[in-house]
Amino acid sequence: MLEIKNLVVSIEDKQIINGLNLKVAKGEVAAIMGPNGSGKSTLSYVIAGNEDYEVLDGEILLNGENILEMEASERAAAGVFLAFQYPLEIPGVGTMTFLKAAMNAQRKTRGEPELSTPDFIKQVNAAAEKLEISKEMMKRALNVGFSGGEKKRMEILQMALLQPSFCILDETDSGLDIDALRIVSEGVNALRSLDRSFLIITHYQRLLNHIVPDTVHVMSNGRIVKTGGKELALELEANGYADYRSAELA
Amino acid sequence: MTTALKSAGEQKLAEHFNNSKANLPGLTEMRQSAFDKFAAKGLPNKRVEEFKYTDVRSFWSEVGAMAPIPQASDVKAAEEGAHFFSKLNADCITLVDGHFSTGCSVAGVQVLAMADALQSKNPILKELGSLVKVNDNPLYQLNSALMADGVVIRVGKGVKLDKPLHLRFLNSSKALASASRVLVLVEQGAEITILETHESRNGIAAQLNDVAEFIIANDARVQHVRVNAEGQDALAFSTLTARIGAHAYFSTVNNVFGSKVARHQVYLAFEGEKSSAVVNGTALLTGSEHSDSTLVVDHIAPGCDSRELFKTVIDDEAVGVFQGRINVDPEAQKTDGKMMSACLLLSDNGAMYNKPELEIFADDVQCGHGATCGALDEELLFYLESRGLPRVEAESLLIQAFVGEVIEMVENEDVKDELIAHLSNWLMTRR
Repeated sequence: MLEIKNLVVSIEDKQIINGLNLKVAKGEVAAIMGPNGSGKSTLSYVIAGNEDYEVLDGEILLNGENILEMEASERAAAGVFLAFQYPLEIPGVGTMTFLKAAMNAQRKTRGEPELSTPDFIKQVNAAAEKLEISKEMMKRALNVGFSGGEKKRMEILQMALLQPSFCILDETDSGLDIDALRIVSEGVNALRSLDRSFLIITHYQRLLNHIVPDTVHVMSNGRIVKTGGKELALELEANGYADYRSAELA
Repeated sequence: MTTALKSAGEQKLAEHFNNSKANLPGLTEMRQSAFDKFAAKGLPNKRVEEFKYTDVRSFWSEVGAMAPIPQASDVKAAEEGAHFFSKLNADCITLVDGHFSTGCSVAGVQVLAMADALQSKNPILKELGSLVKVNDNPLYQLNSALMADGVVIRVGKGVKLDKPLHLRFLNSSKALASASRVLVLVEQGAEITILETHESRNGIAAQLNDVAEFIIANDARVQHVRVNAEGQDALAFSTLTARIGAHAYFSTVNNVFGSKVARHQVYLAFEGEKSSAVVNGTALLTGSEHSDSTLVVDHIAPGCDSRELFKTVIDDEAVGVFQGRINVDPEAQKTDGKMMSACLLLSDNGAMYNKPELEIFADDVQCGHGATCGALDEELLFYLESRGLPRVEAESLLIQAFVGEVIEMVENEDVKDELIAHLSNWLMTRR
């Protein structure tokens, strides 16, 4: 599904990712954990195609195709989706307008016909109901006046509607209370399938109780330094990241 | 008489006045007096503070012939260029090359051709130029001297119109200079929505110097939506004045969709207490277009609110100007005024000049102004792109949101929808 080979990335002349290698198989749920500043969010932005970051070396293959040459919008149409740590507020752009524009843009890029308005509304209503997103929220400008939890639910709603094949969740648990965490996790779990892979970036094991990963990677200083099963997350929760920081220095 | 008329354009204007003054309808003395005042200073140039960013003398260096009364074929040609609000359910008044062409009959509303009103010395015309301050403005003076026609509209006391009144200003295929005058009297408690559209097809280098005067009586409610789509070769100078009575409401929004040079001047005076006014504007500028919005809001009576919001989008080498001034007289206590001009720069070569000013002589007021200028937010663009919107579509969505804030304030849904559709069309042509 996704394979990253020897990825080196810098921003404003500061190297953040230092020869990272990672494989996520089709249908796999992989978690990346690591201390602050280890480059986790940078990795998610680079996969999604943010041009602020400069890729100095390496490749990112999605189903065997190097996506580094693709625009962010083309990557989205190819199946990449990033649920933002801090979803942006866009005043003046209605949530429904945005959702329809995004869904149709992807369809257009893939050479598919546009959605009819009734089909679109039906899909949105069904997905919104599952995530307990009110009709009133849907009428507002995108993310404007939404609480932290509402914004994260809106990200998952977008994921559900756009049906990506590779989903990155960047600290989706941050700023969520217990109920919101449950709703968001259920939303993600409902999307798990044999054809869809997930990369879940988090500091805490808490999220992984709800979304149980197949593999856990530890990232430190811009590299994957350890890979294991879901029990690795529990070990990290107990011992912290100290071992991996010192391992890097040694 | 001293004269400052030296440039070729100014000399041409003097020639027009001298040749036509015997034939122009009515108000001979007023015209001469207005022209003398104009001639004393000439066309304003960049050394005149109010025109620092819009040098009318150099923009209007070649003055065309004054537009004669159009032939039937000219009217037909002009009407082919009419697009705005053409399918809207509205009562329509059409002017071609500044001359009254067709009117309409609406219960409770008097509609007269300005030329007829001038010719017959209609007493209603005592209201012309009654907002004293505007008489010092050179473009206004020039219009007063040369105005050939236009329209007079009187909305009777308590008359409330559901349907908008649409004033269509069209230009025939000839590149001509014109000066039209509109006088709108809205009597006590009356309510009306007026659409004023100025259109000509691209390639017609019309030169317009139009004036519209609104007299809004107590308790009246007037909404005015103006469109400037004169095309990339037109010079479009316009002045709007409004005298507002007590407990009244006036809103005006000017939407610039394209002119080589546009300058829209608004003079507003709150003469009665507890009234509200909204003066808004949008401008979508490409190529080397130049658009200037200049407004002067005078709070004379106490307890009035004014809100001004201008949004300018600048692409290529276009230039935008916003000059806004709120004056609060000593008697105008409890004034609440807010003025904002925001600009979106889409290219490195465009320019925006923002000059908001407040002059306050009362002590119990709330007034504020702001001005911003910036590019599209890269983070927002990335967010939209990451959802599959190609760059240009992401930009369009954000530009639409930026300008939309002003258009959304138009109360008539059909008018609003059509303005948004024209905005979308403009965004499509950017791609």
